[in-house]
Amino acid sequence: MAGIEDKAAIELKNVYKAFGTQEVLKGVDLVLPPDQVNVIIGRSGGGKSVLLKHIIGLLKPDAGQVLVQGKDIVSLGERDLAGVRRGFGMLFQEAALFDSLSVFENVAFPLVEHRSMDKKEIAEVVEAKLASVGLKGMGYKMPAELSGGMRKRVGLARALALDPKIVLFDEPTSGLDPVMSAAINDLILRTKEEFRATCVVISHDIQATMKTADNIFMLYEGRIIAEGDPQTISEWEDPVVRQFIHGQAEGPIKVN
Amino acid sequence: MDFAAEMGQIMLLFLSAAYWLLRPPYRWRLFLRQMEFIGFHSIFVVSLTGLFTGMVLALQTYYAFSMFSAETLVGATVALSMTRELGPVITALMVTGRAGSSIAAELGTMRVTEQVDALTVMAISPVQYLVVPRILAAIVVLPLLTAISDFIGVVGGYVVGVKLLGINSAMFMNKIYEFLEVEDILNGLTKAAVFGLLLALIGCYKGFYTSGGAEGVGRATTQAVVLASVLILMSDYVMTAIMF
Repeated sequence: MAGIEDKAAIELKNVYKAFGTQEVLKGVDLVLPPDQVNVIIGRSGGGKSVLLKHIIGLLKPDAGQVLVQGKDIVSLGERDLAGVRRGFGMLFQEAALFDSLSVFENVAFPLVEHRSMDKKEIAEVVEAKLASVGLKGMGYKMPAELSGGMRKRVGLARALALDPKIVLFDEPTSGLDPVMSAAINDLILRTKEEFRATCVVISHDIQATMKTADNIFMLYEGRIIAEGDPQTISEWEDPVVRQFIHGQAEGPIKVN
Repeated sequence: MDFAAEMGQIMLLFLSAAYWLLRPPYRWRLFLRQMEFIGFHSIFVVSLTGLFTGMVLALQTYYAFSMFSAETLVGATVALSMTRELGPVITALMVTGRAGSSIAAELGTMRVTEQVDALTVMAISPVQYLVVPRILAAIVVLPLLTAISDFIGVVGGYVVGVKLLGINSAMFMNKIYEFLEVEDILNGLTKAAVFGLLLALIGCYKGFYTSGGAEGVGRATTQAVVLASVLILMSDYVMTAIMF
């Protein structure tokens, strides 16, 4: 019992990634426990999205391992990788809805592709997912007709359609008003609790992070320089971490 | 990226598409939708260009042939030119401008808004979902459009030659039957299928590998049309040399 539950949901070991001459990840070591909200914070353009893409296999590291539930996904072929991905849900920064499909069709997409359910069952699940993100009855709308916040919520409904065990959120609250941000953060917590999913969140919103996270990891200059629960992080002594957490323009982190 | 490297990448996309074509699930609905978009919605444009091509061809050849009192050959000339060359090439260029650019723009936009990544993340091959239906539809539909263009071009040539320029109708038609062979038509349609493959493949390639936001999409669209058009004309020469 203990062995299976303690196994990290996701692990990065000594991951290096460069794009041309630009080194983005320089030896990232990360252990994300299952069934918890894990938040990765860091500077804009610091490599957080790149890190997230490694977890889902959209990028392959130049060196190092990426383990999902104990399995190294770097060496997997497309077919096996597809199998691993079916256990994931991902919310992209701009929601990445298919703009030629309606809201309903977007949320139904993973169900249609990966489950053999009849139309009625699919409709039930889609309506339930839309209701859980507060968009009941909006299935007929097209993505272009929605506000940014609504699109994100549809994206979340789609990410959760198959009740995945691991859900990735790429800056879920960026560009949203405080009320909408709070609603999305509640949803993340509910995803963890109701669906028993491991949540990996990339965020700039320190306040929300402190409220919702179980574990926080700070990515700085290609490495994880701080990790722990919100209490530990808020007391972290490294001036880089302190400057970031308290949102100060002056400090070791330069705004160039 | 230099030319050779780009040709290599295009070839890789083609092989990937061929692989995914054979693997289920087979996306019939997407295929049919692309047939409608690339084919059905191009009928008007293709008919119009075919018509005027045939008409101007009749006009030009009439003046040349009348110097040798060979006006009756105008019909055959139009028919042979349309079926062997102008039908396939001009149809392909028109469809490239219309559908080829649209394919690049649509896939390019999907790429920069992360919709392509979203497909991958949901364990769906973007090549199978986006590229294969388009390429297959283009290969099937271009010969059909070309056939329409050929036919209307000859009709246009008839209208100009017989009705406007007074060539004897019976002689006009007889010469066509005498000189036009099934081979001419079939070779032209084969060319059309190859052109269809090229325009869809390059549209998909440029769209798929777009980067750089809205400007990138615009650039991809232009490059797709230019590259496809050039390759269509180049391959036209090669195929003509082999076939005729």
